[in-house]
Amino acid sequence: MTMTRATQAKLWYAQRLSAMVLAGCVIVHLGVIVYATRSGLSAGALLARTRGNVAFAVFYGVFVLACAVHAPLGLRAVAHEWLHWRGGAADAVWATFALALVATGMRAVYAVTAS
Amino acid sequence: MESTVDVRVWRGAAQGRFVRYEVPRRPSQTVLDVVTYVQRHLEPTLAYRFACRVGMCGSCAMTVNGVPRWTCRTHVAKAVRRGRLEIAPLAHLPVVRDLVTDMTAFFDKWARARGQFQGATSRAAPVARIAPETPQRRAVDAGIECIGCAVCYAACDVVRWRHDFLGPAALNRAWTLVNDVRDVAQAARLDAVAGDAGCHACHTQGACTERCPKGIAPTAGIAGLKRLTARAAVERS
Repeated sequence: MTMTRATQAKLWYAQRLSAMVLAGCVIVHLGVIVYATRSGLSAGALLARTRGNVAFAVFYGVFVLACAVHAPLGLRAVAHEWLHWRGGAADAVWATFALALVATGMRAVYAVTAS
Repeated sequence: MESTVDVRVWRGAAQGRFVRYEVPRRPSQTVLDVVTYVQRHLEPTLAYRFACRVGMCGSCAMTVNGVPRWTCRTHVAKAVRRGRLEIAPLAHLPVVRDLVTDMTAFFDKWARARGQFQGATSRAAPVARIAPETPQRRAVDAGIECIGCAVCYAACDVVRWRHDFLGPAALNRAWTLVNDVRDVAQAARLDAVAGDAGCHACHTQGACTERCPKGIAPTAGIAGLKRLTARAAVERS
């Protein structure tokens, strides 16, 4: 099935919006990493802070969704341009990849935030 | 100034080779002068294209030392590297012979991008009055001087990667029409320029803007098309 030009335009829009979200998420995430590694907290102490933390769960949930939108669309463009791999089968692979990112990412968010 | 220039000219079609010629250096010599010298004195069968010789017609564009240029407006002194000039046909277009490319695909893409003006009035109607300071008319002015030389098309990496990509010139043309308040085919045009073969494929690398001999910025027009088409696609759904 061929994707319509309007759908392609919407996917471009989705990638641009997700890039804006990612820009903010990455900066906050880098701050979290620096804090977590320099504060001398043990893994147990870190988990004690993240478990049950709704703000933490929402933030990383949004981060995962933005990645799941952005990364497959970027790979789709790279595969098209460098490997000339395109069409329905390729798009099915990228859709599956997006779902895999959601599943694995959300599983990780759940693991560190579920109390 | 050296007394001669070492010129390597593409001979053949898709399959071919560079052939070396020694051409006398002259003051204010252009690359087109060099090609003409080769044909008139050294290689009468050399095929190349030119018409006006003054940067108006856009027919003499070639790849000079790897860069797409109008050969008539490029001085040898500017393009020569270590006494050498490599002259090839424009990239991303099929070569007919030697330095002549088949530009059919390039112009077909202008048609695909709905590059034709479509008005609602007949020629009997009075001339429309467009205020020159309106944002739309300024946007038209910025892109309207394109003469279709295909230098931007040859400079564009996305054209190389995606053979169906409309390219900077066709999208620039569409952008000038999108900003033409008299035109009545806007919805169809925005649909034609959207998507993976249209404006959304552009990576904003700006090679077209860097190379355009007219100083046009197709990148800016393409960015405008991206905004309008994405908005139209979202609003229609």
